[in-house]
Amino acid sequence: MRTGSLLRRIGFRLLAGVGVLWGAATLSFIALHVTAGDAALATVAGQGANPTEAVLRAVRHDYGLDQPIYVQYLRYLGRLVRGDLGQSYQQRIPVAKAIAEQLGPTVQLAVAAALVAVLLAVGVALLTARRRPWIGSLSSGVELVLTSTPTFVLGLLLLIVFSFKTRLLPVSGNQGLASLILPTFTLALPIAAVLAQVLRTELEEVLEQPFIVTVRSRGMRDVAVRVRHALRHSLVQVVTMSGYVIGSLLGGAVITETLFVRQGVGQLMLNGVTNKDIPMVLGIVVFASVVYVVVNLLVDIGYTVIDPRLVTR
Amino acid sequence: MTVPLVEVADLRVAFADGPVVDGISFTLHRGQCLALVGESGSGKSVTARTLIGLTGYRSRVSADRLAFDGADVTGFTERNWRRVRGAQVGFILQDALASLDSLRPVGREIAEPLRLHTTLNRQQRDEKVRELLASVGVPEPEVRARQYPHQLSGGLRQRALIASAIACDPALLIADEPTTALDATVAVQVLALLERLKGSETGLLMVSHDLSVVARLADRVAVLRAGRIVEEGPTERVLHDPRHSYTKALLAAVPVAHAKGARLSAGPAPALAAVLAGSPRTAGTGPVIEARGLFKSFPGPDGDARSAVTDVSLTLNQAETLGIVGESGSGKTTTARMLLGLENPDAGEVRVDGQPLAQLPRAARRRLQFIYQDPLSSFDPRFTVRRVIGEALRAAGHPRGERRPRTLELLELVALDPGVLRRRPLELSGGQRQRVAIARALAARPEVIVCDEPVSALDVSVQAQILDLLTDLQQSLGLAYLFISHDLGVIYHVSDRVLVMKDGAVVESNSVSEVFAHPQHKYTKALLAAIPRLETAHRRPADQSAAQPADNRESAGV
Repeated sequence: MRTGSLLRRIGFRLLAGVGVLWGAATLSFIALHVTAGDAALATVAGQGANPTEAVLRAVRHDYGLDQPIYVQYLRYLGRLVRGDLGQSYQQRIPVAKAIAEQLGPTVQLAVAAALVAVLLAVGVALLTARRRPWIGSLSSGVELVLTSTPTFVLGLLLLIVFSFKTRLLPVSGNQGLASLILPTFTLALPIAAVLAQVLRTELEEVLEQPFIVTVRSRGMRDVAVRVRHALRHSLVQVVTMSGYVIGSLLGGAVITETLFVRQGVGQLMLNGVTNKDIPMVLGIVVFASVVYVVVNLLVDIGYTVIDPRLVTR
Repeated sequence: MTVPLVEVADLRVAFADGPVVDGISFTLHRGQCLALVGESGSGKSVTARTLIGLTGYRSRVSADRLAFDGADVTGFTERNWRRVRGAQVGFILQDALASLDSLRPVGREIAEPLRLHTTLNRQQRDEKVRELLASVGVPEPEVRARQYPHQLSGGLRQRALIASAIACDPALLIADEPTTALDATVAVQVLALLERLKGSETGLLMVSHDLSVVARLADRVAVLRAGRIVEEGPTERVLHDPRHSYTKALLAAVPVAHAKGARLSAGPAPALAAVLAGSPRTAGTGPVIEARGLFKSFPGPDGDARSAVTDVSLTLNQAETLGIVGESGSGKTTTARMLLGLENPDAGEVRVDGQPLAQLPRAARRRLQFIYQDPLSSFDPRFTVRRVIGEALRAAGHPRGERRPRTLELLELVALDPGVLRRRPLELSGGQRQRVAIARALAARPEVIVCDEPVSALDVSVQAQILDLLTDLQQSLGLAYLFISHDLGVIYHVSDRVLVMKDGAVVESNSVSEVFAHPQHKYTKALLAAIPRLETAHRRPADQSAAQPADNRESAGV
């Protein structure tokens, strides 16, 4: 029964995920048709030519743009189902290929930042939860400042301190671990601050529970009480924040990659936007939705690992 | 004499908002059981926690002497305390569901003190966990050790919690309300287990609000009030010859067999009839609610239907109290919800004044009101008392202009000061909240009030006041009560007739005197055997006032 209900849960989530993707794709499609103007013009204009009406008509026919809107929509969905995100107007290569080429550095950055954020948040929350009041206030204050500082300001400050003044770390580029440190912290600090806030509140509540008294009455050290018992109870809330974390990582990656002149999907996105490369932007949006759905599915399985009661209920 | 296990002299504990324990002294020897008895806020739990150094941070503890097994512990550091906790003192809290880590199998919880205080390796610990579970009477210990608290019944959970407390063979066992969250028959078993564990070498310190629970087990009783011990002595003596007026009041408040028909709280009955002149209905004797063949099932976690109520029939007559007694999960509340129309029966029918409930117009349904165990959760926390009652009056169709005087009238009925009108639910005591809930129910001038465990969350003296209030209201307003409780003492005290429910079915139904004097079903007999009682060898002085039972209420018929 346990595995059965877990499988049912995952199945349901997968269905919901397909729904989310469909929604994202549809919204993208609508956005494309409302804002893009003449797609044929945009396609050809990328070459800097001044196309004649005949050329445009040919392009429209090639891309199916002369078809009724619902046919275009269905074809678009059909392409998406086959994993075809379309052609980049600007780079003249499939969007999927462009994303794949740039994915490595971004994944590196995002995973590193997520790890740093979670470790920092857990560490800070464990150290500051339910201590003397001023400790909580101080930590909370620092976290608020970090959360409300724009990413580029934070990145610049880090650059000034660690690169321009002390030359400890490289300013930019994709070379090696050292070049990853500053972008990672730029991306991770605001996320860590929010997570630490949530986790501390949650920990303080858990530490008031009767079972914590029981654990202490067995003679366990305070640190062990926090790490072995209280932390797991408060993690559910943090896991719930994963949607926010993904959003911040993807959004922050655009700014961070630009600031530190790193290659990656963020840069790709920015170029797509500045060059009105609509298929590229939409492709990245759909791709981000996929990431979002997959991570949420993992999170959902994660819940049942943290809290076994969720399986039997 | 040997060295006492625990010596406490002039113990004082204070928190930011004042002293909680205000000069307490007692001693406890090995093989002895001392009970600290008092109501919420009396300082009994805090006193128990000073013995393991867990009064909570920001508390100030001082004592002339605080010694464990002859060793002074007043100067103990956190590190010193950790060696005592779990190893020399085992601590059992109430409600194992909240007191065990819900995310770990109980076996790991029980193994924890072993991991902290012994050098046993993993296999040896697992082995010991199985032994411990078996020793506290848990069947299939291998299976149970791998289960989570929520997968165990209340009794098994409490046993697991006890197993974790005794894992390292502590010399002192502290049990803080160990049976409060349990059904009566299970509580008896857990008390028997504690008695067995007490043995000759272990001291047991019990903390309870319930004198009848400690009567079974304690050698000595200390009665606490507002941080002081008002009376201490051998259990026999304290229960049968109480010297302090507070102890006497506590004892009188327990609804035991011989107190039926008598008032439980101090003070005369208010002249309620005067308050509501003219409004009481003439109380008849016909049935108000008739239920025939009610069935209800709910889908279980595996999708299969689980039967909650099976073929329940009952009749509630005007101005009588029908008690429904049974343990958790017996279908009491589901039955009540169907009578109120909050749940539709799968089969069967409920009739009110001869009309099917389903066809009853809204206004007529207001003749049925209800009060819950925990009124707090049934109030909007942002509403003042004035608004809570005003809302009920509006729903009952009172024109705006009449609401104010009627609100005051209702408050007077439930003996609340008009000063509470501006307060919000959280600013009221448990007893005041229940009074507001009753006033809200009375706003619609009901004929029937369904009371679902209305006093289960209250201290015994407050419970006594609420039970008395309900009796007074019944007599002056001619109300019929459907009174649900797991507490047989309470049921016996308030009911004219009783339904005993088990596993969704009625196993016995008769007048209260018949059920209690000549129980037919073996489950009823087991329930009766499980009633905690204040030993009746000697009659308490307070009982004399109980000599005249209210015959008019008992003869309401079956």
